[in-house]
Amino acid sequence: MISFKMPSLGADMEDGTLVEWRKQPGDLLQRGDILADVDTQKGLIEIEFFGEGVLEKQLVEEGQKVPVGTVLALIRPVGAEAEQVVPPAAAPEPKKEAIPMEPILQEEKPASPPVATEKTKRIKISPLARKMAEMHQMDISQIKGTGPEGAIVKADIEKRLAEIVPEKEVVEKPREVLQQAPVQQAAIPESEAIRKAVAAAMSRSNQDIPHYYLEKRMDMSKALAWLKEANKERSVQQRLLPVALFIKAVAKALDDVPDLNAVWENGLQRKNEINIGFVVSLRTGGIMVPAILNADTLSMDAVMACLNDIIPRARAFKLRSSELSQSTFTITSIGEGGGDKVFGVIYPPQVGIVGFGEIRDEAVVHEGMIGIKPVVDVTLAADHRATDGLIGGKFLAALNKYLQNPASL
Amino acid sequence: MNEATIKTTIFQLLKRIAPENDPSTLMPDENIREALNIDSFDALQFIVAISEKLNVDIPEEDYGKTATLKSLMAYLQQKIKH
Amino acid sequence: MITITYREALKSAIRESLQKDERVFLMGEDVGHYGGAFAVSKGLLKEFGPERIMDVPLSESGFTGAGIGAALAGMRPIVEIMTVNFSLLAMDQIFNNAATLLHMSGGQLNVPVVIRMGCGIGRQLAAQHSHSWEPFYAHVPGIHVLSVGTHEDARGMLLSALQSPDPVIIFEYTSMLNLEGEIPEDAGAVDIRKAKVRREGKDLSLITYGTGVYKAMEAAEILARDGMDIEVVDLRVLRPLDEETFLASVAKTHRALIVEDAWKSVSISSEVSSRIMEKAFFELDLPVERLCGVEVSIPYPKHLEDASVPQVQDIVDRVRKILKP
Repeated sequence: MISFKMPSLGADMEDGTLVEWRKQPGDLLQRGDILADVDTQKGLIEIEFFGEGVLEKQLVEEGQKVPVGTVLALIRPVGAEAEQVVPPAAAPEPKKEAIPMEPILQEEKPASPPVATEKTKRIKISPLARKMAEMHQMDISQIKGTGPEGAIVKADIEKRLAEIVPEKEVVEKPREVLQQAPVQQAAIPESEAIRKAVAAAMSRSNQDIPHYYLEKRMDMSKALAWLKEANKERSVQQRLLPVALFIKAVAKALDDVPDLNAVWENGLQRKNEINIGFVVSLRTGGIMVPAILNADTLSMDAVMACLNDIIPRARAFKLRSSELSQSTFTITSIGEGGGDKVFGVIYPPQVGIVGFGEIRDEAVVHEGMIGIKPVVDVTLAADHRATDGLIGGKFLAALNKYLQNPASL
Repeated sequence: MNEATIKTTIFQLLKRIAPENDPSTLMPDENIREALNIDSFDALQFIVAISEKLNVDIPEEDYGKTATLKSLMAYLQQKIKH
Repeated sequence: MITITYREALKSAIRESLQKDERVFLMGEDVGHYGGAFAVSKGLLKEFGPERIMDVPLSESGFTGAGIGAALAGMRPIVEIMTVNFSLLAMDQIFNNAATLLHMSGGQLNVPVVIRMGCGIGRQLAAQHSHSWEPFYAHVPGIHVLSVGTHEDARGMLLSALQSPDPVIIFEYTSMLNLEGEIPEDAGAVDIRKAKVRREGKDLSLITYGTGVYKAMEAAEILARDGMDIEVVDLRVLRPLDEETFLASVAKTHRALIVEDAWKSVSISSEVSSRIMEKAFFELDLPVERLCGVEVSIPYPKHLEDASVPQVQDIVDRVRKILKP
């Protein structure tokens, strides 16, 4: 029997709420079927099952919030005989042939009052403050109230919000972040929750991972020329953006330098699939990092099609669990008007993140002469426990090689 | 197609891409992408949507002509005529 | 803009109504020869004649009933009951006839009577002559109840009330009669369905009516000097209450203080407070507070009479206590 557990959809995820079961007991499950919708800080995620079997039992109810790792469902693998279902964590059901005394004892147990004799203290909080606390997923038992009768009021929530870990906003476009101030209406709850999730992950990353940084300026004239020609032959819906080129080039470079396509969990563990996560900034602030799975096996057009599918879904909070949890390496790109280059913060447990700055014209030296060429500043932030400058340098060199030969991608 | 209809279509599609900004506040010479905070991906979506809706082809080399509201309108009007 | 007393504003409203519609006439004790118990209708008898400005005998029940009858017959009477204190004697007519006839006749009989009543404290008229009985009237379905708290409403509410096919009770405040205020030169009829935000603010909603309006505005000015931004909502219509306006205000400020001269128990503030709790609960950061008349028979000595209702300083003190800056 397969115990299907609440997956972790991000390094900082602690729990999720099961919103809706998409399959019912008795349904035959195939690889990739969506089992349920789960609500996390990152929005509503579709949870996929990657085996084959029959859903035997749902162990968590719709609306229930459970920690990561909780068994959500039992699935009987195809071919296995129907066995006696033994729920792993629940209290044992009284056996039918039990001695008469036992069932009574079992019944009494839940009915008896809690051992603690003192009344659990009710927290006084104004309706508005409670609403705000829920929106920001705050633990109100930790907040001191300054309202009447010691109640927690709006000012107390606001004070606590101001104390929360200041965001490490290195990764995404600066102006996306600044939008928080001018927007007149209150930020939507999801975007606040996402911000918190990002903040938590980024702080953890900076605390745990010893980052080292390398940068290289790469000539983009060949790549852009190739893109221009390629787009002439494509309809507007199929047009390729430079980011698709970057994704393919990174995937190929990772093939050459596999130590960067890995995770650090008590040691370096290389990954077989190259799933490239890329940072999507949300219009109301915050980021999501969906992945393009098996990017090395996809053609450039397939990568572009993938982007066209994933980015709108990321912005609409409609991503699938596999898209959020399976990145092996991440790309961040700063685009126009942002910075010249971007130094990323590694998303644990990955071991590297590459940043692409703005593609712009600069003076370069070529064969002893100065010319104007489109260039891009590429940075690599990597985990020094996993790799060192030599490996990082090899990666950037490989990446450059591919960007100079776009036809090979 | 008259100027007003083109403008309405442009605003509709811009609103779809950047729902929290009001395209009608755009000045004629303002850079649309900067003013409405539209990145390269969204910009491509906008070009795709405009081409489909107004049935015009906008090749990559013409992107520069679509940067401001004024130039975009002029460009589209000219394209639609032929 | 012109400067006008509350009394003059009321008078212009009566005059304009009489000029516009020949079905309109004023009836009440001392409205004609005496010029009005409070001089509101001074000079009107001469202008319009005894058919339109009618002195009635000392019998509230009688002349209110007659007014209702006139309304039933197609006239548009303005019944002036000298003060709300005497309206006790007319309550059977008002509550059992005026308020119910439309319903009891199956919709056949409209009673388009307007009843104006002076009310409130301020002239040392002691316990039996100083009542604020707006809450009694606001309780009853079938009548429309208005409270004239400002000069603009004194000038315009009567005109709109006379357009109503159903009974309208207008509360006027005798303590405000000599008060001067500014209104536009072309001021006329005003809306009689909505409350009005007289001053916008974001820290607290001060909800009031009648004499409370100008007091609240003055309190808000004082509080503004200390950086407190108070929103003042003039209810204007006590039945049916325009809850949309005050709920929106509370949604903005998250705190409410309701002020009235009437006694706290079973009052306008009781109703407004309930509605805020029912419909804007999740917007509240603090409990809704009320500042009302002291629950005593209104005293005769001036200093005690003044102390029996909320004054500007009382409002200021209470808001300070709530906001605790």
